[in-house]
Amino acid sequence: MAEGIKEVSDATFDQEVIQSETPVLVDFWAPWCGPCKAIAPVLEEIHKNYEGQLKIVKCNVDDNPSTPSSFGIRAIPTLIFFKGGEKVEQIVGMVDKAKLEQTIKSNL
Amino acid sequence: MIQADYDLVIIGAGPGGLTAALYAARARLSVLVLEKLAPGGQILVTDWIENYPGFPEGISGPDLMERMLDQVRRFDVGVESGEVVSMDLDGPIKTLQLSDKRVTARTVIIASGSSPQNLGVPGENRYIGRGVSTCATCDAPFFKDAVVAAVGGGDTAVQESLFLTRFVRKVYLVHRRDELRAVKVLRERARDNEKIEILWDSTVEEIKGGDAGVNAVTIRNLKTGDVSDRAVEGCFIWVGTIPNTGFVSGQVDLDEQGFIITDDRRRTNKPGVFAVGDVRNTPLRQVVTAAGDGAVAANEAMLYLENL
Repeated sequence: MAEGIKEVSDATFDQEVIQSETPVLVDFWAPWCGPCKAIAPVLEEIHKNYEGQLKIVKCNVDDNPSTPSSFGIRAIPTLIFFKGGEKVEQIVGMVDKAKLEQTIKSNL
Repeated sequence: MIQADYDLVIIGAGPGGLTAALYAARARLSVLVLEKLAPGGQILVTDWIENYPGFPEGISGPDLMERMLDQVRRFDVGVESGEVVSMDLDGPIKTLQLSDKRVTARTVIIASGSSPQNLGVPGENRYIGRGVSTCATCDAPFFKDAVVAAVGGGDTAVQESLFLTRFVRKVYLVHRRDELRAVKVLRERARDNEKIEILWDSTVEEIKGGDAGVNAVTIRNLKTGDVSDRAVEGCFIWVGTIPNTGFVSGQVDLDEQGFIITDDRRRTNKPGVFAVGDVRNTPLRQVVTAAGDGAVAANEAMLYLENL
């Protein structure tokens, strides 16, 4: 049984995302963001379905200002797909499950 | 008679679709609601709704959505994640092709809503998420003390520009006419807000930027012909909506802008098929009108089924 999606911070981002051996999808979000809440269930579902192949983490942009600004993020939700520590794909705004899965499959 | 999976399938889980679901479930129809993205639609990106009755202080879009969803779930309506790819709406059994399965229904309510319209200017797509936005509630906090542009003159443009002023230093509200279309109470608030400067008779011709995202917009004054750049870190676009009718493709009659044509009972030209809310050709696109449409259409679906 998979655990829920883990939170990463400015302090743990390098270790959890950049140094990760499995590809990582980072969900940049904040509690005041309606669309972020709306896509959360889709991410949870994908988190379960891709266990072992893809790591999904979330980063609260309110508590962790430096990570989002280092990627020039000025909109949430923003999803960034990292592979071998490199950013390979970025999705801005609400996304449906089919499109997200397609992006994941093409990058795994 | 051939059996259908459901009495009613509702396409879209915004205020119109969910209200239809509520009425249909209380009439004991078997109902499925399909949502492509996330329940809520456009109101998920609406900061504050103060014209939906029953909430004297107003309510945030996501909170109102949550309440509507809770209410529908009390009546055991299934809300499924699924995108309709194509439909066959002829005859007594309608078939909806989803990306992963096929669903049949005796009646269909199309409540697929609308999406923000693009400006269609250079730089717009390039800087999405890096200064270009259609969602103030999502993105305004990234523009603390910044100068931003906002484009539009309707209720959404003015309401969301007012929200932006809680964060930014200044908003240039760029509007192509010499008066705002927004409702009077919003026009007055915009006029009285020191952080909002309205650029009348003007359009944004280009959104410029660099590695750090947007850094300027090119403004054309339509009366004088003057073209100038304004230094801004963001450009928010609220210039109306386009109907989400891509999957409809010829199945029901649309108006010239792509909105679904209905009669006053929300019936399309196909028997047993109805349309509600923003996707319908209606003079007013509000939460309350979508909800009203939903009630009317669910009632019509019920009458249609009784008379089959």
